[in-house]
Amino acid sequence: MINAVGRELPEKIGDYIVKPYAGPQEAIEAEQPVCSRRKPSKRAAGNKLMPDLKAAIEACGLKDGMTISFHHSFREGDKIIGQVLTAIKELGIKNLRFAPSAVVNIKNPSIVDFVKDGTIDRIQASGIRGELGDAVVDGLDLSEPVILRPHGARPHAIETGALSIDVAFIGASASDDFGNCTGQTGPNACGSLGYSFIDAVSAENVVVITDNIVPYPCVPISISQMYVDYVVKVDEIGDPVKIGAGAARMTKNPRDILIAQRTADVIAASRLFKDGYSFQTGAGAISIACTNFLAEHTEKAGIQASYALGGMTANIVEMHNKGLVRTLLCSQSFDAVAAKAMADDPNIVEIDNSMYANMFNKSCSLDKLNFGVLGALEIDVDFNINILTGSSGEMMSGLGGGPDVADGADISIVTIPIIRGRIPSVVEKVFTCCTPGSSVAVVVTEAGIALNPKHKNYEMIKEDLEQAGIKTVPIEHLLKTAYSLTGVPKPVETTDKITCIVEYRDGTVIDVIRQIKRD
Amino acid sequence: MEIKQAVMVGTLESSDIQISISPNPNKGLEIQLQSVVNAQFGDSIIATITEVLESFGIKDAVVNAADRGALDWIIRARTQAACCRATETKFDWEGEN
Repeated sequence: MINAVGRELPEKIGDYIVKPYAGPQEAIEAEQPVCSRRKPSKRAAGNKLMPDLKAAIEACGLKDGMTISFHHSFREGDKIIGQVLTAIKELGIKNLRFAPSAVVNIKNPSIVDFVKDGTIDRIQASGIRGELGDAVVDGLDLSEPVILRPHGARPHAIETGALSIDVAFIGASASDDFGNCTGQTGPNACGSLGYSFIDAVSAENVVVITDNIVPYPCVPISISQMYVDYVVKVDEIGDPVKIGAGAARMTKNPRDILIAQRTADVIAASRLFKDGYSFQTGAGAISIACTNFLAEHTEKAGIQASYALGGMTANIVEMHNKGLVRTLLCSQSFDAVAAKAMADDPNIVEIDNSMYANMFNKSCSLDKLNFGVLGALEIDVDFNINILTGSSGEMMSGLGGGPDVADGADISIVTIPIIRGRIPSVVEKVFTCCTPGSSVAVVVTEAGIALNPKHKNYEMIKEDLEQAGIKTVPIEHLLKTAYSLTGVPKPVETTDKITCIVEYRDGTVIDVIRQIKRD
Repeated sequence: MEIKQAVMVGTLESSDIQISISPNPNKGLEIQLQSVVNAQFGDSIIATITEVLESFGIKDAVVNAADRGALDWIIRARTQAACCRATETKFDWEGEN
């Protein structure tokens, strides 16, 4: 069958029944109450703190075939996943479903090795960047395809029961012996623990892992003792340098600066850019630069944004400190400044990732967002976006909240250079469709700005840009320019084997990734 | 035209291509390509290199190309420079269109 973005999909992939993406639609309400595996139970005082990981894993009753989860807020500095998987392997437990919020590129030990030795045989995450991702698209032997879900879809999958978690391992940079914990303080602070709130309230067993036990009660209480079965102290939960270095410096790449400036100009030209506006920019090089230009526009206009959303960076915190944005809703903290900012300021708030992006909540913060700035690997003439796979089909990145932000924001802006090296990033048809073109309003490149005539706010944006004297070009012009520089690339060849299922924020299948054919 | 000396031009920087040419008397053209964009543009890169060699009348040579995602004009220019040096030909750079 063919879904609403023209992707050919089978009706079933193993036991997975494919619900094809059917187009932008209102959230379909479920009949059943939300699923949770949490049981009313009592852990005797003094019995929560376990001597080591193995003792906690055994106390949880982890068995072959169960599902384990983690958050990725320690990013590439994570030392928890490796320690837990090693302990599980040494206990001889096999065939687990590995369901972190995302897999970042962690080595020593490598996740691929835990697949090869049979500890893990299924994977679900928002992205599987790095060595694992490359192995998966090359046909790594898993018992079912990897399911990739954007940030908003993961909590939904947990609440519908599609992803049911036996044991959640939650890394925290400070915890007391009862499991009240946070990522905001301690030597390995990672900031918001927003990704793991859903795991804490939904998993059958919750283990908090820290290298920093503090006297009871640990404050702030990001995750409450109410949900925590066991606490384990390990020597090291992460590498602070890789968790989040200091503030990212402004890029010196003139192309990126040009794109960032144009993006901020597009935002400032909009009638929605007024006192109380809201935005999400993100953490890529173009995003960081764009935040700086947006701060200038905001200051010049003499206005204040009501909130910035999602992943926080030092320069968004700086905007807040200058009074240019009233509130920061942090589902993730991208650097050390953002990680530590929440503890001192009631207007910098740690929020649940589900509150941020899950469209099946009574409402989510994205529903009110005016401007969303997105990165992409590829965009095609239908404005469909690929944020997963590179030009050779290799796994480059994760879905993150991209599909959620594009859909939620009044004006979603994709920032992308038209070529990277010899690879065009404006193409006829994206290799993997992650975000439907109907949710993308504007594309900003070094070769021009294109508006999507099929976007719901097209007329408004067009009028505002004309008013401000900002010129636009058809997206076909960007494609032509890119191809005139690079030539037309030969399409990536694949086998019939499906390695990944890409879900959209509404839980339908927007695309699949097939195994790359190698010579 | 005959290859008079083995040469190497270009760098291994991103978006450049390094071309080495050496003699291969009476054995025809042998082109070896390593490229970061081999899957998408490998055939096109070999076609460009072959075309430039033919325009110099080079029939026998071993060519090693290490491509780091160079655009076609760069591949052409690097190959021309390599051919000039290898055949000790003076090239009218301004005259070429």
